[in-house]
Amino acid sequence: MEFDTIAAISTPSGEGAIAIVRLSGPEAIGIADKLFRAPSGKQLATQPTHTIHYGHLADPWTEEVVEEVMVSFMKAPKTFTREDVIEINCHGGIVSVNRVLALVLRAGARLAEPGEFTKRAFLNGRIDLSQAEAVMDLIRAKTDRAMDVALNQMEGRLSKLIGTLRQALLESIAQMEVNIDYPEYDDVEEMTRPIMLEKALWVRSEIDKLLQTSSQGKILREGLSTVIVGRPNVGKSSLLNSLVQENKAIVTEIAGTTRDIIEEYVNVRGVPLRLVDTAGIRETEDIVERIGVERSRKVLKEADLILYVLNYSEALTEEDERLFEAVRDMDYIVVINKTDLPQKIDLDYVQQLAGDKLLVTTSLIEEEGIDQLEEAIAELFFEGQIEAGDMTYVSNARHIALLHQAHQTISDAIEAADLDVPVDMIQIDVTRTWEILGEIIGDTADDGLLNQLFSQFCLGK
Amino acid sequence: MPQYEAGTFDVIVVGAGHAGAEAALASARMGAKTLVLTMNLDMIAFMPCNPSIGGPAKGIVVREIDALGGAMGRVIDKTHIQMRMLNTAKGPAVRALRAQADKVLYQQEMKRLMEEEKNLTLHQGIAEKLVVEDGKVTGLITQVGGIYRAKSVVITTGTFLRGEIIIGDLRYSSGPNNQQPSIKLAENLEELGFETVRFKTGTPPRVNSNSIDYSKTEIQPGDEEPRAFSYETTEFIMDQLPCWLTYTNEKTHQIIDENLHLSPMYSGMIKGTGPRYCPSIEDKVVRFNDKPRHQIFLEPEGRNTREVYVQGLSTSLPEHVQRKLLESIPGLEKAEMMRAGYAIEYDAIVPTQLWPTLESKQLENLYTAGQINGTSGYEEAAGQGLMAGINAAAKVLGKEEVILSRSDAYIGVLIDDLVTKGTNEPYRLLTSRAEYRLLLRHDNADMRLTELGHKIGMISDERYAKFLAKKDRIEVEIKRLRGMMIKPNDITQQLIRDAGGSELKDGIRAADLLKRPEMTYDMIAQLTASEVELEDEVKEQVEIHIKYEGYIEKSLQQVAKLKKMEDKKIPENIDYHSISGLATEARGKLAEVRPLSIAQASRISGVNPADISILLVYIEQGRIAKIPS
Repeated sequence: MEFDTIAAISTPSGEGAIAIVRLSGPEAIGIADKLFRAPSGKQLATQPTHTIHYGHLADPWTEEVVEEVMVSFMKAPKTFTREDVIEINCHGGIVSVNRVLALVLRAGARLAEPGEFTKRAFLNGRIDLSQAEAVMDLIRAKTDRAMDVALNQMEGRLSKLIGTLRQALLESIAQMEVNIDYPEYDDVEEMTRPIMLEKALWVRSEIDKLLQTSSQGKILREGLSTVIVGRPNVGKSSLLNSLVQENKAIVTEIAGTTRDIIEEYVNVRGVPLRLVDTAGIRETEDIVERIGVERSRKVLKEADLILYVLNYSEALTEEDERLFEAVRDMDYIVVINKTDLPQKIDLDYVQQLAGDKLLVTTSLIEEEGIDQLEEAIAELFFEGQIEAGDMTYVSNARHIALLHQAHQTISDAIEAADLDVPVDMIQIDVTRTWEILGEIIGDTADDGLLNQLFSQFCLGK
Repeated sequence: MPQYEAGTFDVIVVGAGHAGAEAALASARMGAKTLVLTMNLDMIAFMPCNPSIGGPAKGIVVREIDALGGAMGRVIDKTHIQMRMLNTAKGPAVRALRAQADKVLYQQEMKRLMEEEKNLTLHQGIAEKLVVEDGKVTGLITQVGGIYRAKSVVITTGTFLRGEIIIGDLRYSSGPNNQQPSIKLAENLEELGFETVRFKTGTPPRVNSNSIDYSKTEIQPGDEEPRAFSYETTEFIMDQLPCWLTYTNEKTHQIIDENLHLSPMYSGMIKGTGPRYCPSIEDKVVRFNDKPRHQIFLEPEGRNTREVYVQGLSTSLPEHVQRKLLESIPGLEKAEMMRAGYAIEYDAIVPTQLWPTLESKQLENLYTAGQINGTSGYEEAAGQGLMAGINAAAKVLGKEEVILSRSDAYIGVLIDDLVTKGTNEPYRLLTSRAEYRLLLRHDNADMRLTELGHKIGMISDERYAKFLAKKDRIEVEIKRLRGMMIKPNDITQQLIRDAGGSELKDGIRAADLLKRPEMTYDMIAQLTASEVELEDEVKEQVEIHIKYEGYIEKSLQQVAKLKKMEDKKIPENIDYHSISGLATEARGKLAEVRPLSIAQASRISGVNPADISILLVYIEQGRIAKIPS
């Protein structure tokens, strides 16, 4: 859709002390005011244009404070796009900036397509003719890539799940349409509020689950939970430091039962890693020793990715083999460190134990092999299919924003069903949910409903 | 055949079925000197299929036709034998009126209206060839050599173009109901380069009412409440005839199974594409073979005939099998078959060859409407006929073209679907085709379209004044209910309790109380005495408007977005093949459809959002290039 309000992260991801989320379009100011809480309680809409304001962003549904921000407020036409523009300056780092972006998208903005700010600038007469071709090339090239990404995701678990939800909704919609268009047709159950409600509740709970557990959503919100394991003195803290130094980590202290567990976020080739128990590694070098066997098992179990470090210059020990056993069914990468020292480890045997898992050899002291490790992480995450980079975030954030929209529309349907609204009006939101879910998996063919209608029911005079 | 100059007109309408009749009346009403040419003046507005007008979506089209000054609503109001409001238990968006017609009276009344319309000439004749000069239509020549000159021609030939009737293995050249087919004109259109497709439709047998045992059927009466399609109707027909319901059974299905090899549908004799919306009984039995019975409605064809239409038994099986089928159905065991059912194949033009005004892209001043454009249904035909007539006359008279948007009317949805997406089967309107069905309601067709109808000269000043007064009463009443406070006194609480709601804790605005599901306008009216007595139609609109405000508002926001995209016009001379960024598929589709706006372009299947972006940039580039800096 054109002419709506778009948003995107307009600083390179994961780097820098601050990051900017930019909005452009007729609702930019309204959306910002929904989220922005100034200490004085002032509304941006009433402020003079081209001013900057300090405050917090809050989730308008829970009033929970999400970020401390500075918001630049610029009214059309003297802006980059010649539309109303809001720029939210927040703390740098993937997690905080993605959180801000997600919030803005939930509040009604649409994730900008590649090159879309520039395109709008052009369409609104802001940039000159010679740049037009370049804009068109950009749209074409980036979209082709986005479509590849979408195709890949089509095959995945997410698309299967969404396909199931859509089919369930479609059957209800078709049944409702038969009730409407063929009121005398007797071979179909009358669609009732309770049936519609039951289905809507089910779909909403599935969307909830998707939002909570889908790897994309979780990773965007929390990063890929990553644990570094290995015997003492194999180089875990060197690995941690290498990853962190190379990728400018943000250290956060999260509240919880163990306040001393510190996590650090790094962006490895587009994959946000949440490195768990970094304090533990730094202090005692050993997670098992520090937090006990049970807890460490639990941490391992909850991890999305394990970096299992071995010593190149020592033969495999019993403890090493036990750790292999502990991580057997998980996603892990074997990092064989200290290649600067003479080899004592039997690489063939390690590979045999690791099966089809990746092996990377490094010398962290010599700063060797870290690139290969980062590549391996990216490859594992993207299954070697998707080029790492901004596109991944785009499609992820797009899915999450759409899932939130679908959640909103199905909630509207549920609310309406509770209020005794006629069932064909409840269906308007159900249909909208079906359409939004279709956008996620790239299925927007609009003859789906008619095909369902006439294959499911024997209609006509 | 020697030729002669037979007359000069502004607009000529070929055909006088449901599309032709509306086209001719609209054109004349707009002030264009109009000729309507029909093969048989006794067949004006004939209903070759079921004797019924309206129903879901279609009934709303009839209301829209009426709000734009068309005839269908007024005529059926005078000539129906039964009317029913459908979907009354559902929300206001899907309510729809349906009438059973007296077929003969309907034709007579339509003919009378046309005869009395000044500016309109009726003539019986067969158009064979269009006169084309410089890529523009300037008239036509009839079978007897009459040359009729005109500035615009509207073709509404229904199923007549190369029509062929098929019953069993019998196939012969014919229009519907054994009328003459139109063959020369079909050839002429082909010569002129029109792409056509072959479609098929069918009709069931008719039986004599006296031979039906109604005791074995269920009665289907009309509504007791007086109903009308037209906003002008003031007199209501209260003497109604019922329809009757019976069912097919295992035996019927067995007969079909045993004789399937005789069905032209399954022997491969019929090549045309039939509508899924209107399958033959053979289709139903084959495709849904686990269904033990199918509904059969017995519909009287009029007050002065005993002929009864057997709805649900559309078939092209041989006549002797049709007799057996009838015998197997309860109530029809001894039914006397008066006419056999048949399938009919005909040429339709590919509708993406038309502009949204229904004017041909390749042949200026030529318009087509109705079944020739690939639709099925009287209402769909009439809606197109009306718009083609309006636009043909507007062009001649130098007035602005009239294109209804998808958010204005079901007619807008219908025409936009046809010219943007085309159709690969006879197209029928369904409520699900409309994105904004909550806005496109039965009750508010006048609010949506009367203004436009008046502006283009289709609605009289008198009717317009009445409309404005009604609109004003609605607005005043909504305002009144929004402002008025209702106190939680005994009367109020009692009324709310009786309605099954929960008592008020505080005072509440009347409009907010009405929003409660259990409350109706009439209940609120009891609590907020007003000196003005409002008519039912006003009350209905007030109630819907207040009760569903949130939903309506949401739809309106979507429409506002759509309008912005509709306002982005695409220049007519754009060369899609020179836009390098477009995907190949999009380029081909865009060049074929030649959309007028970005909104229309975005609805073409195969044109994705990136193509739309590129198109926008390209158009803007062209615009800047034209402005000398």
